[in-house]
Amino acid sequence: MDLLDILFSAAFWAATVRIASPLIFATMGELICERAGVLNLGIEGIMVAGAFAGWISVWAGLPLWGGVGVALLTGMAFGLLHSILSVPFGLSQHVVGVGITLFATSTTFYTYRVVLPEVSSPPKITAFQPVEIPFLADIPLIGPALFHQTPLTYAAFLLVALTAFVLYRTPLGLAVRAAGESPSAVSAQGLSVTAIRMGAVIVGSGFMAVGGAFLTMSAFDSFFFDMVGGRGWICIALVVFGAWKPGKALLGAILFAAFDALQIRLQQTGIGAIVPYQVFLMLPYILSILALVLMSRRAEVPAALMVPFNKGER
Amino acid sequence: MATEKRGAGQGEPVLRLLGITKRFGQVTANENVSFSLNEGEVIALLGENGAGKTTLMNILFGQYTADEGTVEAFGRPLAPGNPRAALDAGVGMVHQHFTLAGNLTVWENIVLGTQRLSERSLSPRAAKDKIRALSGKFHLIVDPDAKVGSLTVGERQRVEILKALYRDARVLILDEPTAVLTPQETDALFATLREAIALGLSIVFISHKLHEVMDISHRVLVLRHGKLVAERTTSETSREELATLMVGGEVRAPEFPAMPAGPALLSLKSIFTDKLFDLDLELCAGQITGLAGVSGNGQGALSDLISGMSTPLSGEMTVAGQTPKSWSPRAAIAMGIGRIPEDRHKTGTIADFDLTENAILETYPEGFSRRGWMDWARAHAHTEHLIETYDVRCPGPEARIRLLSGGNMQKLILGRVLEESPKIILANQPVRGLDIGAVNYVHSRLAAAREAGAAVLLISEDLDEIMKLSDRIHVISEGRLSPAFGRGEMSAAELGKWMAGEGFAHAV
Amino acid sequence: MPFEMRLEPIAEPSLARRLTPPALAIVASFVVAALLALIAGGNPFAVFGLIFKGAFGSKFALLETLNRATPLIFTGLAVSVAFRAKLWNIGAEAQFYAGAVMTVVLGTGMLTLPPMLMLPLLAVTAALAGALVLLIPALLKTRFGVDEVVTTLLFNFIFLLFVSYLLEGPLKDPMGMGWPKSARLIPEARLPRIVDGLRLHWGFALALISALALWVIDRKTTLGFEMRAVGQNAEAARFAGIPVTKVILKTALLSGGLAALGGYSEVAGLKGSLTQDISPGFGYTGIVVAMLALLNPLGVVLAAFFVAAIFVGADSMSRAIGVPSYLADIMLASALLLMVLAILLTKFRVRRG
Repeated sequence: MDLLDILFSAAFWAATVRIASPLIFATMGELICERAGVLNLGIEGIMVAGAFAGWISVWAGLPLWGGVGVALLTGMAFGLLHSILSVPFGLSQHVVGVGITLFATSTTFYTYRVVLPEVSSPPKITAFQPVEIPFLADIPLIGPALFHQTPLTYAAFLLVALTAFVLYRTPLGLAVRAAGESPSAVSAQGLSVTAIRMGAVIVGSGFMAVGGAFLTMSAFDSFFFDMVGGRGWICIALVVFGAWKPGKALLGAILFAAFDALQIRLQQTGIGAIVPYQVFLMLPYILSILALVLMSRRAEVPAALMVPFNKGER
Repeated sequence: MATEKRGAGQGEPVLRLLGITKRFGQVTANENVSFSLNEGEVIALLGENGAGKTTLMNILFGQYTADEGTVEAFGRPLAPGNPRAALDAGVGMVHQHFTLAGNLTVWENIVLGTQRLSERSLSPRAAKDKIRALSGKFHLIVDPDAKVGSLTVGERQRVEILKALYRDARVLILDEPTAVLTPQETDALFATLREAIALGLSIVFISHKLHEVMDISHRVLVLRHGKLVAERTTSETSREELATLMVGGEVRAPEFPAMPAGPALLSLKSIFTDKLFDLDLELCAGQITGLAGVSGNGQGALSDLISGMSTPLSGEMTVAGQTPKSWSPRAAIAMGIGRIPEDRHKTGTIADFDLTENAILETYPEGFSRRGWMDWARAHAHTEHLIETYDVRCPGPEARIRLLSGGNMQKLILGRVLEESPKIILANQPVRGLDIGAVNYVHSRLAAAREAGAAVLLISEDLDEIMKLSDRIHVISEGRLSPAFGRGEMSAAELGKWMAGEGFAHAV
Repeated sequence: MPFEMRLEPIAEPSLARRLTPPALAIVASFVVAALLALIAGGNPFAVFGLIFKGAFGSKFALLETLNRATPLIFTGLAVSVAFRAKLWNIGAEAQFYAGAVMTVVLGTGMLTLPPMLMLPLLAVTAALAGALVLLIPALLKTRFGVDEVVTTLLFNFIFLLFVSYLLEGPLKDPMGMGWPKSARLIPEARLPRIVDGLRLHWGFALALISALALWVIDRKTTLGFEMRAVGQNAEAARFAGIPVTKVILKTALLSGGLAALGGYSEVAGLKGSLTQDISPGFGYTGIVVAMLALLNPLGVVLAAFFVAAIFVGADSMSRAIGVPSYLADIMLASALLLMVLAILLTKFRVRRG
């Protein structure tokens, strides 16, 4: 199987979209936070928590969409905690974010052990199944890739459109963008920077958690401790790569997922026999760093990102 | 020339402040301030820096909550601590430091917050139409689709005023609106304000510039140390009386007789950077060279260049007869350039460092360390010396510098610079935000350094300051430098034309 | 508006003001843990009693705690020196492994020298390896302005995969019966015990010395002055002529080197060989240690001891009554969050409006 065969196989593109889906959710979540001016490094832990919360509630008897709802709420709860510390108190977003990741991860693992004390391998659930969209799914190559996916993948794409619409076409989105550019402008127009930023972090964190839940409820059907595996950090790179714009970030996520899908397939080719598999596994992370370096010169970063706003401070 | 008085004293006042008191820790910023504003009236709130003008307006506008007292607009009390309440009641504020998002367009900045956040969509077209109509009515020409970041300072101020008018404000509060404008732009602003009064708006005009206060207002309220100390009808007072009321007694500003030029100590030839174009400048020993201009026209770039923070793309620089081999802040200091930065909080000092650490920040490698080990004893002694010589009021050398007032902070920076006997002094906005005592202190120290033979470059947006102190004046506009004008050679209006970009030989 | 509040700086905080919030933060993290223990069906008093006993209850327990504290002192110092200069090094994990790898590369027979030469040489090379690992993100930060938080985090994953490759490839112990594990260090490369018969090695002493050295650097040297200036206000530091980029790179070398010494100490002092799981997240826990120590080098020693005690105690508690030992991680994560809040409250008063 050579490169061209891979690139022209429907399975490859279907896998790409599948791999991209959790990244899309979490990247949109992070993008919303950052557009409002808050870097949310809790993303990795919130994804872990979301992955667990969605899966365990389905295992406990909730319907699949109920599980997604639980994941969303779990993420929002951690988002609330993050936002209280990072917004009105204006604490270092670096330290708070890493702290939230540690807190969310450890709470998740603890709960797992409390709920399932004696199991050696985690139980499985019946995950989301692919749903074919009539007619569209029959288009060669694109059909299976885009229109033979699980409902959660469709939701991911809808989320991108929704995020873009809200950010650019509604008063709320304008307020969010302004909060990330110039909080004093927002405050002078009678809006609460605190409320806007907290709201963005809470909602964004909810989407991150759904991204995590995709892993346990759509990509796989069970929960493993290291299953998020740095995807959160990659999403932060994707937001930068996407220049804080939903459409470009989506493109970045798909591009990235395509590389990931490619490296999995290349491992099974002749190259895989020579090059150690760890090199392939490193590629996503290296790619993320490269993306950050390439995009670093551009000036689209929200002007007030990581700048706390203390009302009345001069 | 005061505008026709109308409406003063008729009916309910549009705005009334009753017994406003505000304390920050130990400091009382406002004490029992009461006044009212009538429809169609302009009152000027006069006071020097630190008198409590801005605090008072921030309370009125809901940015702060007063400890005591109430604010009423159109007969109804305003909920404290809520900017929304003031806006909804028809009170709009044009802040001294613009509150605009540079990466958003003009119309986005204006409509921000005017709709409920739950509303389904923005309506750009209707918004832009309304903005254009207001622009025409009040002579506030600006393109609604332009990014605010690309506008000039004067245009940004128009956006600020449009923000208030867009919300149908009946009362406008303008905080030091002319500080950043050319004389001509100031005239245009006053025309707009007169238009507004004619349409029945009322205005609070905050300033410390006496001639403007005399020009635009009906009544003057004088604020000193947070208290309202006098109220005068503009037509019945004089600049002299107001000046005395403002500072609380006679204050004699130091005189600055012109000095002859010595040899050039710093010369720049055909300098290009991304913000400066073909710039020639000579700073001569024994003279203060003033650099006038509207903010954002290249002052920052020139200041960065001379202070070593940036290097030119091309051109020649000579410092005390030598061409520097490499250029950095360290090289600038080593070649005898003393630098007083524009922003003493962000660039001049490290807030959480104590006075000693701030005092030796530039000189520790040579003066206060040996082979990598700090000599703290010597550093303390040096700081004690600076505190004494430059009259820095502080708890002691171990106090964190953030606790100091702006004036005392500036005195420490001044000491740090002057104690090294610099050949060249770059003073960028050296008195911005200082009270009159500190202003006079800084000015006379600079004058003394000039008399001792230093070449001083004074950068200021305050044309009065430039004209008072400088032996020679250059105007900077869009990165180009005007020829040098001798003291008294140009009037403020003529300099204003240069500041607006007229007179430059070639456009860029 | 419910959230509107203002932070007002306190001019001269009293001693009570400076001590109360951090103390409350520690207490509150215990309360969080107590609640979670209740959920898991454990009596909080029994849980804390067992944690205490497990950490300090016997000579063996105490030594175990000190052994666990040793790598945490190194990573805690690495984080604190970096954070003080606002270099957000979240990659102490990778740097720790770099030190461990270097120790194994040179110490398993490639070099044979008397211990007096061998041990310092290994320490220096390990530190260099860790320094280089952090130098890359630091250069990306100073050259391109790339946020080092993300790059150091991503490097952790890259480096761990690299270690996995080494342990399955070039460094694999041929006698390891297929396990991904390195060969054992030669005797000359092993850090001896401080006192015969007590399971505590010279790595612990090296950690204490490093903490002291860092304190001296911080207070007494120009480098320390420069690092603090850059951390507090890089723009003012640059304006004053401090070579900011150089200082950041020096900080990175120091930080990376310290974390790597942790890896060296763990391999040469305790384990004797390298496995994939030699660090149960020492790099990340170093962040907690550094924050609990308020970034003070001497405080790091105390904080590392406290954190190690919680971990060791929780392990033993978990074996005894089955409350998951992740309770320790939760306690420390919440202590971290509460502590940053507490530090703020020592300097600012919260006021409405």
